[in-house]
Amino acid sequence: MIQLEEVKAELEKSLGVQTELSGSGLLVPKSRLLDVFKFLKENAKYQMDYISNLCAVDYLKQSQIEIVYHLYSMRNKTGPIGIKVRTDRQDCIVPSATPLFRGAEFQEREAFDLYGVKFEGHTDLRRILMWDGFEGFPMRKDYVHEDEDRYVEHP
Amino acid sequence: MTNTIETQTRPSLSTQQLEVSIGPQHPSTHGVFRMNVVLDGETIVKLKPVMGYLHRNHEQLAENMSWLGSMPYTDRLDYFCSMTNNIAYALAVEKLMGIDVPERAQYIRVIMAELTRLVNHTALVGFLLNDLGAFFTPVLYAFREREKILDLFESVAGSRMMCNYMRFGGVKLDLPDGFVDCAKAIVDNYPPFLEEMERLLTKNEILMARCQNVGILLKDLAVNASVTGPVLRASGVNYDIRKIDKYGIYDRFDFKVPLGTVGDVYDRYYVRILEMRESLKILRQAFKELSAGPVISQKGLIAAKSPRNMKVPAGDAYGRIEAPKGELGFYIVSEGGTKPYRYHVRAPSFINLTILEDMCLGHKVADAIIILGSIDIVLGEVDR
Repeated sequence: MIQLEEVKAELEKSLGVQTELSGSGLLVPKSRLLDVFKFLKENAKYQMDYISNLCAVDYLKQSQIEIVYHLYSMRNKTGPIGIKVRTDRQDCIVPSATPLFRGAEFQEREAFDLYGVKFEGHTDLRRILMWDGFEGFPMRKDYVHEDEDRYVEHP
Repeated sequence: MTNTIETQTRPSLSTQQLEVSIGPQHPSTHGVFRMNVVLDGETIVKLKPVMGYLHRNHEQLAENMSWLGSMPYTDRLDYFCSMTNNIAYALAVEKLMGIDVPERAQYIRVIMAELTRLVNHTALVGFLLNDLGAFFTPVLYAFREREKILDLFESVAGSRMMCNYMRFGGVKLDLPDGFVDCAKAIVDNYPPFLEEMERLLTKNEILMARCQNVGILLKDLAVNASVTGPVLRASGVNYDIRKIDKYGIYDRFDFKVPLGTVGDVYDRYYVRILEMRESLKILRQAFKELSAGPVISQKGLIAAKSPRNMKVPAGDAYGRIEAPKGELGFYIVSEGGTKPYRYHVRAPSFINLTILEDMCLGHKVADAIIILGSIDIVLGEVDR
């Protein structure tokens, strides 16, 4: 079992990244996210080569959106550990993990579709569950449901 | 005279690439799922999955109701395996609440999970053969066995497919009288059925010709693309959450994790057959060790009696289990209220589709159909 404090200390020592414990994960600054992933993936001690889960959480009160990643090591059979990153709600851009972990491809598309998080470096960022012409991001906490009685003329 | 004709240069026949949309209404896509394929002759050069036809924003529905209120909705994710969906959700909430599950309930959960695995894999083998062109005869044999297990589910939960049987801290009701005897009889009759199935299929020349070396998924790519479940194990990666996390009481059971070597469709078929045999082992052991006692903890019982007043301490948790289709995870965030603040489903068949294009490139259309069949998707879970 990997202790988060240990990972936190290791990241500070090797990369000089200041992280903080937040719930069940480590909050990483957005600008260093990919460095942290690369370190955890390539470091012989961790070898986190598998991304188990990726999802977005909307914190309306703090006006922030959090992306939560769960990383696991297939080689060492350790994990999963949570890595979190926060971004502004209005200017919602996060570096994409897809070049490092192919498994993030559809999950990032889902977060883009439902939360409007733009993943920089994702080659095929389109809506995945909602249809292409859909406006708005339905999982955001301030999303206004459309009036079901409204008459919409379909082409 | 003839020489002049042969030496004449003629413009070569150029072929045009053809774009075909397979689905959404097509028997081979197992539901409303579409594959946009670009073909060169009959060879696939590009494939883009299109999904979302069954999207109902399951996550948002759950965020607007009580914690227990979304338990019946989890049944509808992967409607072949409602029991395991229930367990995964209960596990995540129990992690956050810190409530225990009594011994008997743990065994009941294992029994239900392994019976579900039998149901799922049996039906899948039938449907895979359907995709191969053995139209509905194998499905008929598979469904004959599946029905017997669904009868068991009906006797414990009152419903055959939408079980809604698990509660936080245990299960809804105790097993009815005679359940264990009926279940034992089914488990004892399963090996002859599997042998019959294998006699028809495993060494079948047509099945081998169609499945071997088709849709090969290499180990490294499989791990990198977050593929889970039998598809990953067929590629030779030893990843079974029952062994890794040992959630519940899985550390007490003696079973092996079958692995494939090539990672083709045939391996995915055979890994599932072997997994069913291991599930039977677990079941026999569980029946032997099942003891009397309460089926739900005191704290869980209070929560189950008045679900609208149930509060979960603030925090976040990720609970995951080895569902028949792969790693099924629930990520939940609580703010201490009676509703989840965030509820996310990590659906195995949705994420396993990431790699569909890579497996299909260079194969024929008919192969793409069986590759999709071998991934084992359920659209209720893909679209959520």
